[in-house]
Amino acid sequence: MDRQFIPRSVQRSSFARFAAWILPWILLLGLGLYAMYLCLAEGLNQTNMDNRFAFGLWIYLDLTVIALGAGAFFTGFLLYILRREELKAVINSAVVLGLICYSGAVAVLMVDVGQPLRAWFTFWHPNTHSMLTEVTFCLTCYLTVLAIEYVPVVLKNRKLRQIPRFLVFEFELHKVMPVFAGIGTFLSFFHQGSLGGLYGVLVGRPFAFREVLGIWPSTFYLFILSAAAVGPSFVLLTTWLVQKLSGKQLVKPEVLRFLGKVSGWMLIVYVLLKTVDTLYWINHTAPAEGAPAYTFYTSPGFGTWILFAEIILLGLLPAIMLLSKRLRERPAVLVSAAFLACCGIVMNRFVMTIQTLALPTLPFDQMMSYVPSWQEIATFLAIVAYGVVLYSLSFRYMTLFPQERDIRQ
Amino acid sequence: MEQTAQSKSRYGMVIDLDRCTGCGVCMVACAVENNVAPAEQKATERTGVTWLRVYPVSNGEGFPANDTVFIPMTCQQCGNHTPCVSVCPQNAVEVDPSTGIVGQIPQRCLGCRYCMTACPYHARYFDWWDPQWPEGTEVLLNPDVAPRMRGVAEKCNFCHGRLHAARTKAAAAGRKEIAAGDYVPACVESCPSRAIVFGDLADETNEVSRLSHSINTFQFLPKLGTAPKIFYHSAKEWVRKMADRAPLA
Repeated sequence: MDRQFIPRSVQRSSFARFAAWILPWILLLGLGLYAMYLCLAEGLNQTNMDNRFAFGLWIYLDLTVIALGAGAFFTGFLLYILRREELKAVINSAVVLGLICYSGAVAVLMVDVGQPLRAWFTFWHPNTHSMLTEVTFCLTCYLTVLAIEYVPVVLKNRKLRQIPRFLVFEFELHKVMPVFAGIGTFLSFFHQGSLGGLYGVLVGRPFAFREVLGIWPSTFYLFILSAAAVGPSFVLLTTWLVQKLSGKQLVKPEVLRFLGKVSGWMLIVYVLLKTVDTLYWINHTAPAEGAPAYTFYTSPGFGTWILFAEIILLGLLPAIMLLSKRLRERPAVLVSAAFLACCGIVMNRFVMTIQTLALPTLPFDQMMSYVPSWQEIATFLAIVAYGVVLYSLSFRYMTLFPQERDIRQ
Repeated sequence: MEQTAQSKSRYGMVIDLDRCTGCGVCMVACAVENNVAPAEQKATERTGVTWLRVYPVSNGEGFPANDTVFIPMTCQQCGNHTPCVSVCPQNAVEVDPSTGIVGQIPQRCLGCRYCMTACPYHARYFDWWDPQWPEGTEVLLNPDVAPRMRGVAEKCNFCHGRLHAARTKAAAAGRKEIAAGDYVPACVESCPSRAIVFGDLADETNEVSRLSHSINTFQFLPKLGTAPKIFYHSAKEWVRKMADRAPLA
């Protein structure tokens, strides 16, 4: 029934099958929207956050999905600025992923604040010293850029192309896309960094606080690097997953290998600098604040294994796997390495957000615990469901992978 | 009305932990003075609002060496790199240069709770529920202090309503400076064992200034470099050692 909307010369499942796939996600989205409504109508007492654990699951996941969504800006940067034309095969998919991650994060943030109707105050009387101001400005601007980047993908739809004005608009928009890619890269550098700075500036939290380099703490730069390192891995991973779920080859294998190689190089630089930063923090920054670093790892749940897992197991190891040409050519190794790299960022953002708040600051305090409420979990799952729905619709009705029609299935 | 002079005062406190019995009257007086609503039924010790919280801390010894100290913990009015001020995205927290008091503007607060994450003293509280007073008790509200709405952060401001009242009184009497006795926060006034001394730390003739420099007086987390204006005093060595220790050390 929707044949005329599906791009020419590609195979898509029947509408009934598509509807059966999408329906559970829509139900999950409905549940999440109900949880969001509860939080907005009844207040944040619907969450398990409290005065000690003032940031919870939502901030942690916001930081994580925004890091994973970095694939959009970094792929755009490599394609439009550095002219790596082979990435045309995945750029549309990367833009959709970025849009999902960023819009989802902003939606959750709107529920997370106690007075969402006052969000415009940040633009009206901003505190230019606050990292959160920088995050708000850059996120809003970049979300607009992503929406602009998504427009041509939508307008390329077979049915919409029949409207001449859309065709001309899409053509003209495409010509200025490098400009938007440039703006997107610039904005992304700042907000990825500011998200790191958000915690790095916390002088009252010796676990998170880092020395200032220039005008930002070191976490500012580490967050940019880690997001740029993992973004391509996430594009690789999702492309592989869509290939598996759809049963079709969507891009040539060398495209995925190139993404892996880029991810590997960025990751090795990140791991190196993260190691230097960690050593300096252990030996200088934390003790100077009156908190020897060993005290952060005395609790059974948060032992030194976290450092090992984050830097070696989920940092150095996938970097080596992605940098070795021989290993990269084995699809299982390539995908596993991308998965490990993504897990690394998930863990790093967990450590920065949750471990920072779990650790006591006053000498007589103990470790804090926090378990999110069903409303918090359902709200996050709504974002996942929204992502799956938007991506599925985009995959079905738009051309996310231009190479698909050239590859003999 | 004549404007009172904007002097460079630095209001602070010295709390004598050896005198504090942990009775909690200061907490009650603070809540009444500052229109902190009675706790919602579902509130826990981590979701309730109290601008001043008294922590009991034990020396961990068995009988008869066991000893407990009660530590009233409130906003420490940090005087240097005040952690909550720089993080607030919309300038809802500011330090008054004429008093050194860290103020919160609830009407401007977004409720993002970044300031609460930044505060090492856990002295900031969030309104998780709508403030509600049992029927009939609204008449007891302090008309000098605006109650806060749901979804914003709040904290101790050294009884701002009382500072305004003292300024008004001084101006009415034609004085440019407020008299020391005219400005006393509710917790200080209510303490039955007179454990809290309040005043201008910048005024060297003041008792609070003298006590802040006395032996056995200390601050919590001084190494963070935030220069808190709340000082604690104890002649007991284990209390001072405990205060100097890193958490979980």
